[in-house]
Amino acid sequence: MPPRHARTLIVMPAFNEAASVGDVVREVLAKVPGVEVLVVDDGSKDATSRVAREAGALVATLPFNLGVGGAMQVGFKYALENGFDNVVQVDADGQHDPANVPILLAALAEADIVLGARFAGEGDYAVRGPRRWAMVSLAVILSRVAHTKLTDTTSGFKASGPKAVALFAEHYPAEYLGDTIESLVIAARAGQVIRQVPVAMRERAGGVPSHNPFKAAAYLGRAGIALVFALMRPASTYFVGER
Amino acid sequence: MAVTTYILGIVTAALVLLVVIELLRRRHLRERHAIWWLIAGVFALIIGIFPVTLEWAAKLLGIEVPTNLVFFVSIAILFLVCLQHSSELTKLESKTRALAERLAILELEVGESARRDDSAN
Repeated sequence: MPPRHARTLIVMPAFNEAASVGDVVREVLAKVPGVEVLVVDDGSKDATSRVAREAGALVATLPFNLGVGGAMQVGFKYALENGFDNVVQVDADGQHDPANVPILLAALAEADIVLGARFAGEGDYAVRGPRRWAMVSLAVILSRVAHTKLTDTTSGFKASGPKAVALFAEHYPAEYLGDTIESLVIAARAGQVIRQVPVAMRERAGGVPSHNPFKAAAYLGRAGIALVFALMRPASTYFVGER
Repeated sequence: MAVTTYILGIVTAALVLLVVIELLRRRHLRERHAIWWLIAGVFALIIGIFPVTLEWAAKLLGIEVPTNLVFFVSIAILFLVCLQHSSELTKLESKTRALAERLAILELEVGESARRDDSAN
């Protein structure tokens, strides 16, 4: 019998994550049997690539920093060209529990994209103030665009099925917030089914969410711009395959 | 208008055209980027040689001080060129991004196949 998740690729964008990436890769390989892990080193200055390779992951090293969007597109392209059906994005800082990966994959049976959502009842992840308002209004608008109830649209914990992998290998936005907001709009406009499942998030290894009101306002503004332009793009932008 | 001013206008316009043409000739400038500078240079030369054309155009558009037309057109051209450069920059960035992504994948695949060859021997 082939391993259960043999056709699933875990993609882990990592930028200067040498401290945590090794443990996260080992944990994924232990908790999700048979899966292949691809760490995309997004132009790190530290030993991210070496640490990830020693932990047993495939490693693609970008020559300079492209952001999460560029790193993820490497994952989608690699998956498409090497016969993987599904791609699951897992952060290299350890805030996503790999034990939830099978839950996301199971939900892919009825959807093209499954989001692991932080505010859907599980866990104790809390954000307050303007940043929360921004996230809530984004969730309301994107829920309408995607025709489903979404509560945490900026989650980096996502599973993509074969149709989504093919779409994202060609069209994955590199802009700020493109990997979260715009990618959902692209998928929704391409007629793909988006669902969310509740997952608990763990404490991030380093850093705390910002509560600075000016930063929150800037975040809301940039998120709004990203959303408006994603909705305004010509539909031909999302055509997949040979023309 | 003093003769020196008249000559200064013509010389400046001719110099601009000369520099643009020389850059084009040496392939330091592609035609698609040079077109706005060529248009600007030609306009400047025409106005430099025949200042009446500027007065005529200003009157036609209802601009009282002809020099204001010069400022208006200059700023408009500079604005368009700037915009074109931003757009070109965006295209270049997305091309660079595609190359970097392809490089990362190729490097990974070369490394993997070398490892497979090693373990086969």
